[in-house]
Amino acid sequence: MSELGNIIEDMIERLLTDAVDHAVLERAEAGGWDDELWAALEDNGLPTMLAEPKEKGGEFGWPEAYRVAVVCGRHALPLPLPEAIAAGWLLAMAGIAAPEGRLGLATGDGLVLDGGGVRGRLKRVAWGRHLTHVVASVSGRVLLLPLEGCAVVLGDNLAGEPRDDLVIDGVAVESAPGPVGWGADASCQLGALLRSAQMAGAIATLLDRSVAYAGERQQFGKPIGNFQAVQHMLAVLAEESAAAAMAAGQAFAALDLGRDKDFAIAVAKVRTGEAAGKAAAIAHQVLGAMGFAREHPLHFASRRLWAWRAEFGSETDWAERLAEMVIPQGGDRLWAVITAAQQDGET
Amino acid sequence: MTTHFRFDPLSLPREAEALRGEVRAFLADSLDGRSAERRADTWTGFDAGFSRALGARGWIGMTWPRQYGGGERSALERYVMLEEVLAAGAPVAAHWFADRQSGPLLLRYGTEEQRCQLLPAMARGEIYFAVGMSEPNVGSDVASVRARAKPADGGWVLNGAKIWSTFAQFSHYMIALVRTSGEAKDRHAGLSQVLIDLSAPGVTVRPIKDITGGEHFNEVIFEDVRLPASAVIGTEGDGWNQVMAELAYERSGPERYLSSLQSLVQMVAAAEGRGGDRLRVAIGRAVAHVAVLRQMSLSIAGQLQAGHAPNLEAALVKDLGTSFEQSLPETLHDVLGIEPSLSGGDAERVHANLLQLSPCFSLRGGTREILRGIIARGLGLR
Ligand SMILES: Cc1cc2nc3c(=O)[nH]c(=O)nc-3n(C[C@H](O)[C@H](O)[C@H](O)COP(=O)(O)OP(=O)(O)OC[C@H]3O[C@@H](n4cnc5c(N)ncnc54)[C@H](O)[C@@H]3O)c2cc1C
Repeated sequence: MSELGNIIEDMIERLLTDAVDHAVLERAEAGGWDDELWAALEDNGLPTMLAEPKEKGGEFGWPEAYRVAVVCGRHALPLPLPEAIAAGWLLAMAGIAAPEGRLGLATGDGLVLDGGGVRGRLKRVAWGRHLTHVVASVSGRVLLLPLEGCAVVLGDNLAGEPRDDLVIDGVAVESAPGPVGWGADASCQLGALLRSAQMAGAIATLLDRSVAYAGERQQFGKPIGNFQAVQHMLAVLAEESAAAAMAAGQAFAALDLGRDKDFAIAVAKVRTGEAAGKAAAIAHQVLGAMGFAREHPLHFASRRLWAWRAEFGSETDWAERLAEMVIPQGGDRLWAVITAAQQDGET
Repeated sequence: MTTHFRFDPLSLPREAEALRGEVRAFLADSLDGRSAERRADTWTGFDAGFSRALGARGWIGMTWPRQYGGGERSALERYVMLEEVLAAGAPVAAHWFADRQSGPLLLRYGTEEQRCQLLPAMARGEIYFAVGMSEPNVGSDVASVRARAKPADGGWVLNGAKIWSTFAQFSHYMIALVRTSGEAKDRHAGLSQVLIDLSAPGVTVRPIKDITGGEHFNEVIFEDVRLPASAVIGTEGDGWNQVMAELAYERSGPERYLSSLQSLVQMVAAAEGRGGDRLRVAIGRAVAHVAVLRQMSLSIAGQLQAGHAPNLEAALVKDLGTSFEQSLPETLHDVLGIEPSLSGGDAERVHANLLQLSPCFSLRGGTREILRGIIARGLGLR
């Protein structure tokens, strides 16, 4: 792991350990926006960390963004930091100057470009009501949409994170061709990529909390972690956590190393989504009724996992995409397709 | 925040990727005409001719020193060779244990005479090794082995029995874990790894039929078998630690997730041109699993190469990998619903073979339950 990655992970880990507690998370769920915390993230340059990305000679790249997104997931950060980072990267790669304000990321499939304007509906945009701009891709172009004056239809996800529909009605937008090698739905792919890392982080939290609880909670005169049945549940949870971390990590690495990113991102979303369901079930089993209580923090991770695995395409959607990549090549070429997709590019 | 394990993505070096093409070309040629169900045997397929051909290429003992017939290639080049032969369904069983375990063990602990005498022939694919851990009353609790070597005339006399020893009937040697001092109650202390010439007087090898009807594993009985002093490999009484040190290598290789790849190959073949949503989604999900397991296994290979001992990681990957291997025939049944039959088409025959083989994936080399215990220990629960 890179030294740079370690430094930035330590930094945000410390920041969020101090700043994101139970009260903050409950307040956020009631619809709040934590200005102070967002300012602290901005002071540390986090939302714009890929605004001048490695590809353009900047300091940070996707491996560092991975570390940040995992920590966001670990702490259930109730702010759209991962989205802002990816939006900044898309703008930079498209050569569009980033505006002042709060940038979000959305899939653009509900939009139509007509002339210099755009109309349609951006669906379920993370923290939409609090943003000043959204970056989305439509037909291979990257769009920067100013949100002033657009109608907001409030919504949220299972964990109470804002997921608002934004009605865009002929707004003038800046647009430019998307990054080379990215298709029509780059912003959706990036969303799936981010959620995979956040899920890996939230699953790591489930593991930590479950292992700690199993060591403390006593029944029948001993810690429940002494029971083999509980140990084996936790072993499976650890496996899912490891698989999720690798699944997400390999996708960010794919962007950095020039591997087949379409393959790697689809792999990440399928595997982390699958791990999410299994991990949440095990953690809740191990924590018993305590984990089912609102006052216990376990649900901040588990409810997000149930929400995130369905955002930016579910396991089924992404599995279909993987199937599209391998089936036309035939059974005999299956292994060759997988190894080629995971090979570093010529950079 | 506790970090229990690490899995950094590994980039294969250029020379390892270059080797891939060479291995593929060789396999396309040497496996031409091999049936689909025999490809599904993977590392339980025995073919001395194939092993000799692989040896002639320098692909057995690839990482060993040249003076002992090795190729001094990197562990990552060996990894690429391995994943290619396994994915193609090549019959690698004959030389499997020699290449994976016995050779490295002799390199590290053997006498100079043993190395010179055995390693070059192992690397040529001519001398095969069996593994002797299990006994009729010794399964998961390996430390309770009863086979015993007693000092005699400057050497040893061995009595006891080993069981389930894969392809011992065709192997030249066995490396067995036996008691050389102390009593059963001493557990790990007093166990040693010994090298046994299976053609020695007093050794009886009896094949045992398995559920496929084939004879893959064996009972091996020792009656007053005389062993030279040099038969004890490494330090007398330290066999347990030596065995444990081998395990990270044995647990995380590509053989721990590729055993039933042919089920997936058949699913993809069935989906060409047709196939409903369920089949496509099942394929996509399985491909995601293969992709992630491969990255995990490679990550461990990288850590081993760097001199780390990723024991927890290796146990995690083995349990994940073998569970995945076992899920594939179930998935195939679920989405294709074909009757498994050795007299059917390719898909039916592969399915028949892998359904029968799949129970052993989570038994051989340490059961699922034992692995989960090791993981729990790694998590600090034991
Ligand atoms: C195809 C095949 C090839 C093999 N090849 C070889 C070989 O070449 N050389 C060799 O030495 N051995 C070989 N083995 C044997 C293999 O190593 C053993 O099967 C394995 O170690 C388990 O031992 P066992 O079968 O006696 O099961 P047991 O140990 O009797 O276990 C039976 C069941 O009880 C469970 N169990 C046991 N102890 C515990 C515990 N403490 N906690 C929870 N559950 C427990 C096990 O997980 C398993 O589910 C082979 C096995 C197979 C199937």
